[in-house]
Amino acid sequence: MSNLSQIVQKVRSKNAGPFWLTIDIFCGTPEAYAQIVDGLSTQRVAALFKTNADDLKRFDIADLNVVKFSLPRPTIQGARDDRDMHGAGWAPLVAELEIN
Amino acid sequence: MTKVLIPSGALGLGYDKAALARGIALGPDLIAIDGGSTDSGPSYLGRGVSKYARESTKAEWQNLIEARIAANCPLVIGTAGTCGTDSTVDWLYEITLEILSDLGASAKIARLYSEQDPSQIARTTLTPLSAAPNVDAQTVERCTHIVALAGAEQINAALNTGADIIIAGRTTDTAIIAALPLANGDHAGGAWHGAKIGECGALCTTAPQSGTIMVEFDATGFNITPMGDDATATPHTVSAHMLYENSDPFILYEPGGHLDVTATRYTDVDGCTVRAEGSVWVPSDTYTVKLEGARITGYQTIAMALLRDAHYVANAQDWCDDIIKHHAAKAADRMGLDPNTWHAELRVIGQNAVLGDLENKPPTATELGVLAIITAPDQQTASTLAKLMNPYLLHHQLTRGEEMPTFAFPFSPAEIDRGAAYEFVLHHVMELADPMDAFRLEVTDV
Repeated sequence: MSNLSQIVQKVRSKNAGPFWLTIDIFCGTPEAYAQIVDGLSTQRVAALFKTNADDLKRFDIADLNVVKFSLPRPTIQGARDDRDMHGAGWAPLVAELEIN
Repeated sequence: MTKVLIPSGALGLGYDKAALARGIALGPDLIAIDGGSTDSGPSYLGRGVSKYARESTKAEWQNLIEARIAANCPLVIGTAGTCGTDSTVDWLYEITLEILSDLGASAKIARLYSEQDPSQIARTTLTPLSAAPNVDAQTVERCTHIVALAGAEQINAALNTGADIIIAGRTTDTAIIAALPLANGDHAGGAWHGAKIGECGALCTTAPQSGTIMVEFDATGFNITPMGDDATATPHTVSAHMLYENSDPFILYEPGGHLDVTATRYTDVDGCTVRAEGSVWVPSDTYTVKLEGARITGYQTIAMALLRDAHYVANAQDWCDDIIKHHAAKAADRMGLDPNTWHAELRVIGQNAVLGDLENKPPTATELGVLAIITAPDQQTASTLAKLMNPYLLHHQLTRGEEMPTFAFPFSPAEIDRGAAYEFVLHHVMELADPMDAFRLEVTDV
């Protein structure tokens, strides 16, 4: 078992407009990409956000060795209960996942 | 063929002057720069102001006006002043007049206005986009500002006036770059895709800080070339840019259709320039523009206390929950307020301030910050509620009978009025019979 961040190059989360969040996992190599594609289910990412897998869009992009997830923002950007204006703070949740 | 020079990802971010000079020497047909984004939050749109200092904006805008004169081509800015309201278009127009006067230069200036009347939008049929909040007419009417995102058609209407400088209100990030190649008959998929890759300047290269890039559009695609000394574009850096702040890396919706880059081929031309072909523009049956709106969600007062006592650090959440309960009772008693009209939150910095309920790591802090955020219908009420909170933040005991504790306050007064807090309320599109129906052009010779 390793931490996802020990396998990949970088995990980035960003706003995709005020209503969506997008998470890019830059795997760096085809080997790391294969390990993430096989070892990281959409359900596990959804569980981190306490939401359903159906709410997530997933893109496995072999040409870039990138796995990307997009989901409705847990809180609308800048709303009273929002804690992170630029949405960068959600990336560690994914980066810290254990991967087989 | 059309050459569009992009100095940087946004006016106010700065760029490498040598890279800009190199771009000017290549004879661009247009210099295009983005002036805004929703990324800094709803307050800028809510107030109709820029997030960047006037001084930075003026210095960089002057450089670009000088670049325009040197290149003898039009200069266009989209989403002027962060949010692209009429007020920020006028703000940049005033700055432009000052610069032209300082330089002793003349110019034909076109202003493209994107702002909408909230009461009219409230009566318009809107189509929600995915994950849009529920809005009723009253919510829309209460927006302090609503803007529509202009596309290539409105930018071309401004270019067709023969303007030297175009100051546009809210536009899509891509429209200011895609418009001219589309008007010149270059490949439509290439025009939109090259614009998307180029809109953040050198962010699509190996040296994002260098800022400036050139996009050359032609009949079958586009070439992208960084102007910075140490910057190169690679098929990877260029194609990876489609991931950036996009919920879908292959499909991009724009007024009048969508871009599909599923089949795009990226090739390395000479170790520095990347060529892309195969992008597809799919026109839509109806012409729609996206709307953005912001309204006041309340007025806020904040305060902060710092916990260093290990017992309080270990029990911070219980301490906060207890304060919230006591404070609510006191607010009801002293102010007679309906608890549904205001809101108090204590956010524990060092424990779960970023992720809230989603945090899954145990706290390990030596000290913690407790940020009190009070939201109320007016500033006076928020301020008073925060003052009622003050004694708890300073002295609240975890257990009865213990000696009264005192916590660290970084400021006096402890409370800070934040003014109005805004929220985004629209993620909708509206249909237009003619693209210019929701936009206005003003042209002046200066």
